[in-house]
Amino acid sequence: MPQNLQGECQPDGTNESTPKIQRIKITRPSEDSEKKIAVKRVKDVEVSVPIVYGTIAFWLGRKASETLSHKWTVYVRGATNEDLGVVIKRAVFQLHPSFNNPVRVVESPPFEISECGWGEFEIAISLFFHNDVCDKQLDLYHHLKLYSEEDSGPQSTKKPVVVETYNEIVFPEPPADFLARVQNHPAVVVPRLPATLSLPPAPVQEVHESGRGDTKDHTLSPWFVNFSEADELLKLAAARQQFLHDRCKLTL
Amino acid sequence: MDAKDILLGLPKPTTTPTPLGHQLLPLPADKKSRPPKESQRKPDGISREVYALTGGLAPLMPSVDVNHLKRRAQSENEKITWQWLPFTSSARKDNLQLYHWVRVVNGVPPSGDYSFAKYNKSVDVIKYTDDEYEKHLTDPMWTKEETDELFDLCERFDLRFIVIADRFPTSRTVEELKSRYYSVCRAILIARAPAPGDIAGHPLVKDPYNISQDVERKRALSMVLSQTKQQERRDAEVLAEAKRISEARKAAKGTDELEVPAMTDTVPDDNDGAAAAVDSLSPSPNAQFTSGAIAPPVSEIASTLASLRMMRVYLRTHALEQMVQAASSSAGLRTIKRVEQTLQDLGVNLKPKVPTKAVCAEHLELRKEILILLNLQKQLQYKEAEGSSYRDGLYAETPGTPPKRVQRAVEQDRTFVPDSFSFGGERMGKRDQKRKAPGRLLEGPPSPAQSKRPRKFKASDG
Repeated sequence: MPQNLQGECQPDGTNESTPKIQRIKITRPSEDSEKKIAVKRVKDVEVSVPIVYGTIAFWLGRKASETLSHKWTVYVRGATNEDLGVVIKRAVFQLHPSFNNPVRVVESPPFEISECGWGEFEIAISLFFHNDVCDKQLDLYHHLKLYSEEDSGPQSTKKPVVVETYNEIVFPEPPADFLARVQNHPAVVVPRLPATLSLPPAPVQEVHESGRGDTKDHTLSPWFVNFSEADELLKLAAARQQFLHDRCKLTL
Repeated sequence: MDAKDILLGLPKPTTTPTPLGHQLLPLPADKKSRPPKESQRKPDGISREVYALTGGLAPLMPSVDVNHLKRRAQSENEKITWQWLPFTSSARKDNLQLYHWVRVVNGVPPSGDYSFAKYNKSVDVIKYTDDEYEKHLTDPMWTKEETDELFDLCERFDLRFIVIADRFPTSRTVEELKSRYYSVCRAILIARAPAPGDIAGHPLVKDPYNISQDVERKRALSMVLSQTKQQERRDAEVLAEAKRISEARKAAKGTDELEVPAMTDTVPDDNDGAAAAVDSLSPSPNAQFTSGAIAPPVSEIASTLASLRMMRVYLRTHALEQMVQAASSSAGLRTIKRVEQTLQDLGVNLKPKVPTKAVCAEHLELRKEILILLNLQKQLQYKEAEGSSYRDGLYAETPGTPPKRVQRAVEQDRTFVPDSFSFGGERMGKRDQKRKAPGRLLEGPPSPAQSKRPRKFKASDG
């Protein structure tokens, strides 16, 4: 991969909510600084946060040059476009070293970075959760795609190359405080809680100063992939049926 | 001669070398040609070679200064003499007069008993009266004379039962003697005690001598001691195997597992017993193993689940990967490939596009089912192959031993077939058999070209 992927790029005002993108080097939060007080955890209740992460890349068309052919955004969003800020404290995107300040920290949702460049590379995304959620970080990896696979003719500035991955962040034994806070939040999937479970009172939800954290009306939302669980489930169930049927026939 | 002499080269090598070299050989004629080291006189009383070991110089370490040595206290104040004097010892009952050297200080010999007299200890052996004997101590196995003799010997030999047993007029084992002695003492003790409570704490009363236990203990000890190295090794292996099996069982059964009987304390006596027990154990894990081949290993899955629960946070896809790995842990690479091929044929993504909890669970179940069915198919094929070979009646001997080729020419084809069957039968135990269609062997006699092949053909050629 050629060395220099950097390009000077002014994010044009297409992004309505401009999150504070801090171009500072981050220091890994030391585990020692976290309180080592025993956390009250809720067993047998699995909290999951469905997320989608990926990249959307637009060809710059006439404005494209050798070093700046595409404008792309890497992001992590809720699968239903709800606000992930309730769970995620910050997201750190590790770009190619040829970029200026390749370590980009985003402290508030929407967790995304927009840049311009010409090359494809792997982006490392580290998610840090709020103190009452989890003190371990979660790492995701995504390969930035600028060029579409189908050999459709010339690129279009209107149609971007979208690569999204669905996944779920699972907390097997969530802390009680966290559970109390999010049990009714749309971004978080909480199973039916046992009736005997008593949770501490939920603190008041704070509103993000920099605007809404959800991505429902995001500029790029038209390109977001709709991941339907039902589809896959149906396919799987059908496959199981068919498989059993076929095999039973064979063995008899 | 010093090596240096040789190296430096003496003009006139007239000095006769002495093997022991006790003395330096100063020849006045050669004095000036000698290296200066030699002219340095070495101390007397030390052989030249030894001195040369130290490099021709005095040792670097400072020798012990005589002043540093401790001086015998006050040797100037008093007059010490040593005298050959008689002495008495309280340990001696006779009047034997013995002499020894005594350190006399200023004319005063030491006082006090003989210093070793205090070591003359003996055991207080109980003395019973005839009356007491009549009342408490009669025993069908023992006459009074014997008991008296026993006690006399005990007194003489300080309860050294080995010696007593040796000296005892009638032949009695050490354990019998001990038993008699201790029971007599116990009976006397109880009889003489003013109240039973007084002696309840006495060791004889609390833990009486148990002869059968003692005999058994000594027997076991001697067995352990006399075990040959081979036996020791076998025992160690048996124990290790038992431990392994019990652990495997525990893991498989989860929390409600059956307890494998502990083999530890039966080792010396039940060598065979242990071996038999292990034999009975090993078929069962084998059976479990084959059933494990049918169902994905429960222990792997359980441990994966546990480790996932330990993680504070993880991705659903990661969890699925781990579970898939655990479920396929017992399967070989080819089997896994076949599972994936089947999935693809069914139109299912190898990695779900929307990995929700439900989707992942379904995916895992589907994989497990495919695995089970593939294994069952394989087993079925083997059974079929074996069954048909039985039917053909050529499967005469144990697998691996080919039947005798008596009529070579005629039966060459026919004898060749059971080889393949016996080969297949031999491979029955192995699980990941890679043969795709062993059933092909059932179709008629093999072609003549095959009969030329050596007996040992690869299963993959089928």
